Amino acid sequence: MNQAVKEPNSYLDAPHGVASWLLTKDHKRIALLYLISITVFFVIGALFAASIRVELLTPEGDLFSADLYNKVFTLHGVVMIFFFLIPSIPATLGNFLVPIMCGAKDLAFPRINLLSWYLYLIGATLTLAAVALGGVDTGWTFYTPYSSMASNTNVTIAALGVFIAGFSSILTGFNFIVTIHRMRAPGLTWFRMPLFLWANYATSLVMILGTPVVAITILLVGAERALGFAIFDPRMGGDPVLFQHLFWFYSHPAVYIMILPGMGVISELVAAVSRKQIFGYSFVAYSSLAIAIIGFLVWGHHMFVSSQSIYAGLVFSIITMIVAVPSAVKTFNWTATLYKGSITWDSPTYWVIGFMGLFLIGGLTGLFLGSMGLDVHLHDTYFVVAHFHYIMVGGGVMAFLGGIHFWWPKMTGRMYPEVAGKISAVLVFVGFNLTFFPQFVLGYLGMPRRYHAYPEEFQILNVLSTSGAAVLGTGYLLILFYLVASLFKPRNAPANPWGATGLEWEIPSPPITLNFETDPIVTEDAYNYAGRARKAGEK
Amino acid sequence: MQSTFPLFPQAASSIASDVDLLYFFILAVSSFFAVLVSALVVYFALRYRRTHADEVGHDIHGSIALELLWTVIPFILAMVMFFWGADLYFRIARPPADAMEIFVVGKQWMWKVQHPEGVREINELHVPVGRPVRITLGSEDVLHDYYIPAFRVKMDAVPGKLTTMWFTATKTGSYHIFCAEYCGTQHSGMVGQVIVMEPNDYEAWLAGGRSTGTAVENGEKLFTQLACITCHKTDSSGRGPILTGVFGSTVDLQDGRQVVADENYLRESIMNPQAKVVRNYQPIMPTFQGTVSEENLLQLIAYIKTLKVAAPATAPAAAAPRGGQ
Repeated sequence: MNQAVKEPNSYLDAPHGVASWLLTKDHKRIALLYLISITVFFVIGALFAASIRVELLTPEGDLFSADLYNKVFTLHGVVMIFFFLIPSIPATLGNFLVPIMCGAKDLAFPRINLLSWYLYLIGATLTLAAVALGGVDTGWTFYTPYSSMASNTNVTIAALGVFIAGFSSILTGFNFIVTIHRMRAPGLTWFRMPLFLWANYATSLVMILGTPVVAITILLVGAERALGFAIFDPRMGGDPVLFQHLFWFYSHPAVYIMILPGMGVISELVAAVSRKQIFGYSFVAYSSLAIAIIGFLVWGHHMFVSSQSIYAGLVFSIITMIVAVPSAVKTFNWTATLYKGSITWDSPTYWVIGFMGLFLIGGLTGLFLGSMGLDVHLHDTYFVVAHFHYIMVGGGVMAFLGGIHFWWPKMTGRMYPEVAGKISAVLVFVGFNLTFFPQFVLGYLGMPRRYHAYPEEFQILNVLSTSGAAVLGTGYLLILFYLVASLFKPRNAPANPWGATGLEWEIPSPPITLNFETDPIVTEDAYNYAGRARKAGEK
Repeated sequence: MQSTFPLFPQAASSIASDVDLLYFFILAVSSFFAVLVSALVVYFALRYRRTHADEVGHDIHGSIALELLWTVIPFILAMVMFFWGADLYFRIARPPADAMEIFVVGKQWMWKVQHPEGVREINELHVPVGRPVRITLGSEDVLHDYYIPAFRVKMDAVPGKLTTMWFTATKTGSYHIFCAEYCGTQHSGMVGQVIVMEPNDYEAWLAGGRSTGTAVENGEKLFTQLACITCHKTDSSGRGPILTGVFGSTVDLQDGRQVVADENYLRESIMNPQAKVVRNYQPIMPTFQGTVSEENLLQLIAYIKTLKVAAPATAPAAAAPRGGQ
């Protein structure tokens, strides 16, 4: 921190004023706007989560009424998935880093980038309006015919919010794809790209191809509710299972929207903390594409007991098993990268190791659910709840926070206290496991999801889970506290605090508005630590 | 009954131990890889700890042999899990031909049960031990899911169609029934008990129950009350197809298709008669949507199933669909 740079022309300083932020076309500022918005929604979603855990301390439904509980878990899901997890890494770290890693001055369409943030805000506000008007109780999955004919809550408004937010996701994906195709610096060939770019590229494909389907599906639910269109309601000749096909056609790939960028972050972090080329770079790169493509063909594994044809189930099960392989390949490659690395124990390392542990459990428990005969028992139990939280929070949020800790100096020009960064990683890891590991046991015991009250014999495991949530919440609060506090201190971050490779570390922290003083030319592979050291040694 | 702090569910059906075996297999494989990878990560992170500020890692880029190894091994293991799981699933999905049939209808927020002998119950389900039981499942409103953890089986109750599940209980006692598919306000109150009894006790229980006529008898009454009988006659003079022997047969439709007349076909033909019109008949049948409840529907189907061509009316149905396509 001795070479702290005060960069007066940084993107944070000029121009000034509220309008300069709200009308900015700078991808870095838009990234920060997104970061603030998704943090607000994360806090809202976390408050709902805390309410759920407190309610489940006792077997009786005594804190909330059944209706209120149903609304609380619905909003927890809707807010966390559509307004936190899906935009989390792409819209913040992706927005900030994709142009810089490409060596570009901005994304291909800066105005569309700003538009995407406003669409996100409109969607999010509509959903909050649905909360203010009395909430929604369909679950984040909006299953028909409950959502279309039975529920008398604000389904239409909430669904409209999700529909509009979907366009923000499509526009972000579109922007990334064009930028990565067209705006890479001279010399930055596809196979020299940082793996974070590969991951965001794969994610963008899913966003563009998947999101329109859920948008149409949600629109159909709205049309059935408001106009009496007969699509899903069996009383009018509709098919409720059709909804599940359409919904999961997007929502399963959406899981990859939530985890692929996290995998990209982890690839960057593993390389940087071990100062080593990623083991099997091209396998890690291609595995992102494989996951994105194969991920479109597995949706029916959510429907093994839905009355879907058993033969269709076979196809979905085998493809589900196949999609596990590229994730395994990534994990093995990250592990192998650490072999004979030069491994630091700075705070990003703690997040990487935490991610590896949780993602392993999340991925492996997917095998239980993909195996049809076992899924019959596990479907719609807490086993599923635990599994997807391990993937989306254990994987996705750990990677997001790891990325935030890694790039915070670049984004804000400030370092945070290292010790706090490590303590929070440990708290989150321990709290997370304590919260969600007991839920695997609960699931195999047979406790169904979305239960407001439950049989007494499940209480001890639920109390464990709630106590874990308290530790987890403390970890999150600590992070929020020291990161915000760091903003009130003078800028002290050097351009490259971790000694990492990558274009983003060759420009000041924080960067200037146009990112680069002179357009960069790339002459080496990503993560060329050994090559650079050799060159330095020759000098 | 359950202990106060169980960590593993009771196993009380013929399939339960098979499901548990697959569970332990995947658990063993998963634990092995979780421990292996975690141990390697922690070991490498400590063993190759950075010793001075400018140090970098070794110049290692990858290994095709290793990539193949850790692609092929997980693939093979995943395929084992697939085939094992698929085989198990087919056994769970296909009821044996000699299973006794019980009708269960889910509605917000209760389970209504009809035994073939006419005894009805709500939320509870009495079954004999050691005998295969086939549940024909319907829903009167939204999606529900009939879930018996101790038997390791569940199946969605889907409005607009009939679905099937089966089990053979192996231990007497009472076990939880949960609704596993979210269905609104009292979803977590849509629970009950399955009570597994010795066959003699079950017979005694049935005899003590208030029977309002068997399902077939009730179905026959409905068949007359709803005037089905005026068109569906036993000879070719009726305006509707002859229903004798229709169940399980292949029916030629007006549009040239052929369908097997299973429970879902009969259900659809009552609720939405224009969907599949039999060849050489006019699409004149009115819908019974809203007139016939799911329970009545099951009774009607039970009756139609007994209309056999010169064969004993008790012959069991061989084919049982697990929902439509």
